[in-house]
Amino acid sequence: MLQIENLRVEVGEKEILKDVNLEIPPGETYVLFGPNGSGKTSLMMTIMGFSGYNVTGGRIIFKGQDITHMPIHERATLGIGVSFQRPPTIHGLKTRSMVELCRKNTGTDVDQLAASLNLSEFLDRDVNENFSGGEIKRCELLQLMAQEPEMVLLDEPESGVDLVNMRLVGESINRLLGRRLEPPKGECHRNLIEKKAKSALVITHTGYILDYITADKGQVLYDGVICCRRNAREILKWIEEFGYKECVQCTN
Amino acid sequence: MHKLDKKAANTETEAPTLDQDVDLNRYTDRLEEHSYIDDLAELNTSDAEQMSRVGIDTVEKERIGTFIQKDSSVLHCKAKQDGVEVMGISRAVKKHDWLEKYLWKGVDPDTDKYTRQAKLKPTEGYFIRALPGVKTEYPIQACLYIAKKDSSQNVHNIVIAEEGSELHIITGCATAPHVVSGLHIGVSEFYIKKGAKVTFTMIHNWGEEVAVRPRTVAYVEEEGVLVSNYISLKHVRTLQMYPTTYLNGKGAVARFSSVLVAPTGSHLDIGSRIVLNAPETRAEIISRAITTGGVIIARGNLVGKYPGIKAHLECKGLILSDGLMHAVPELEGHVAGVEMSHEAAVGKIAREEIEYLMARGLDEETAISTIVRGFLNVDIEGLPPSLKKELDAAIAESEKDMF
Repeated sequence: MLQIENLRVEVGEKEILKDVNLEIPPGETYVLFGPNGSGKTSLMMTIMGFSGYNVTGGRIIFKGQDITHMPIHERATLGIGVSFQRPPTIHGLKTRSMVELCRKNTGTDVDQLAASLNLSEFLDRDVNENFSGGEIKRCELLQLMAQEPEMVLLDEPESGVDLVNMRLVGESINRLLGRRLEPPKGECHRNLIEKKAKSALVITHTGYILDYITADKGQVLYDGVICCRRNAREILKWIEEFGYKECVQCTN
Repeated sequence: MHKLDKKAANTETEAPTLDQDVDLNRYTDRLEEHSYIDDLAELNTSDAEQMSRVGIDTVEKERIGTFIQKDSSVLHCKAKQDGVEVMGISRAVKKHDWLEKYLWKGVDPDTDKYTRQAKLKPTEGYFIRALPGVKTEYPIQACLYIAKKDSSQNVHNIVIAEEGSELHIITGCATAPHVVSGLHIGVSEFYIKKGAKVTFTMIHNWGEEVAVRPRTVAYVEEEGVLVSNYISLKHVRTLQMYPTTYLNGKGAVARFSSVLVAPTGSHLDIGSRIVLNAPETRAEIISRAITTGGVIIARGNLVGKYPGIKAHLECKGLILSDGLMHAVPELEGHVAGVEMSHEAAVGKIAREEIEYLMARGLDEETAISTIVRGFLNVDIEGLPPSLKKELDAAIAESEKDMF
């Protein structure tokens, strides 16, 4: 679904991503670990095409198309969706209108979606205005659920989310990715998932989100390179035990 | 010379300072007269169309009163609710002896040459009044319309909300399509008595070369409320106003909002001044202004004269193409214990916001216009849904000229 080859990215004059190679197959969820400043968010912003992230080498392929220099909205229309860590406030634009703008199918019921994310009363508020950290995360998911992307980029979806809403966020991500456990309806679960599952790249710092979503693989981004590809839980255990010290050795 | 003054001087107008002079001799005071019509259906189509753009509903659905003045004549007026008066000022003066003591009480005719012109060469204006306790269910609409080019329309309006009454007024000011140049002077005096509320929405849509000089004063008594909204989205050569509101009774409230767009060649100098003279009074001034090449001076002046009053001023400007956006927020606290604040911001649309919307699939142009529409979307209290729709359409339309 998504292939990143020898990607080098500068922000300002500084090289942030040094030689990133990554491939996410259709229907799989990859988790990206890494210490602060390792370039995780930069990678996500580069995949989406934000200004200020200068690609100095390599390329990004999505669904077989080279999107390295494609405008942001064309990438979105092609099927990439992103949940931001700290999105800006859009004054005067109601969340309801924002979700309607995101909507892929005009039939999508905004009220129902909002209710499922416990956001009903936020529909009539300006996008992100005075939202708490957790509310922002849920609102990002709400927009993505309307957008229905094939490849979802989630930047720390659990940060700032309180314990009460954690499960809700996890469930919503599963639903967004088409991997929610649902009561069997005549078709076997394996087939359903195979047909519906979306691809995802999930940045996590704490790993809490792994309690709720299924990670197919974990990767560690350290100092601008991907230095490790293993089972996500296994990586998380190492990090919890030893921190990122280990990565220093691996990148040398 | 101050940098901003210099910039203003460099715009197409010759006036060297921020204050723009209007030569009264350029305009004729011999206005055209028109005969009264009994039904708004008799309005000619082009007039009706211009009027509908400034919130005048010619079918008069959801309106409880109408006042239409074309040049110097009252074309039509009516009040459909008992206890509400809507008529031309000249008729009102004849009807009510006591009205003399309200005329020119708030605005001194010697304020400037425009008020002098309105005093010496009056050309009608409206009188709107709600008797004590009467509450209007729907708005009253008033239209001041110039159909003769190069004429000077000098109106004097009086609005009186007697004790405990509620008045909702939409005033639309416009010129006929062929009128490029003209002068509109409007002296308006508002008297809001104890416990009364006036919601006043004014929409301007002038010809390109029209000069506009409203002169407004409002008095609000105990527990009275004045909500005033002002909208000007189209090209106007020069428009200058600085209405003053006196909150003279305990708990009186005033809220002023304005939405301004200045295309190239427009000069808008618009402010509001609110004097908080009594205990527990509150005031708020909010403005959203966009220059697409014109000059906007957005002023605001809050004067706190009683301990414990609360007042806030918010002035936000966007520069979409080089023009001038001059925000002048002023707070004057005269005693200890006043609570006054202001925020002013002038800038461009943040790249981050545009890209955020683009990441949801909107192309750049749509993303920008969505943000602009949001920026102008102040929650204007008392705007009927139909007018809100028209305002949105007007904003969408003026966007076309923005990019």
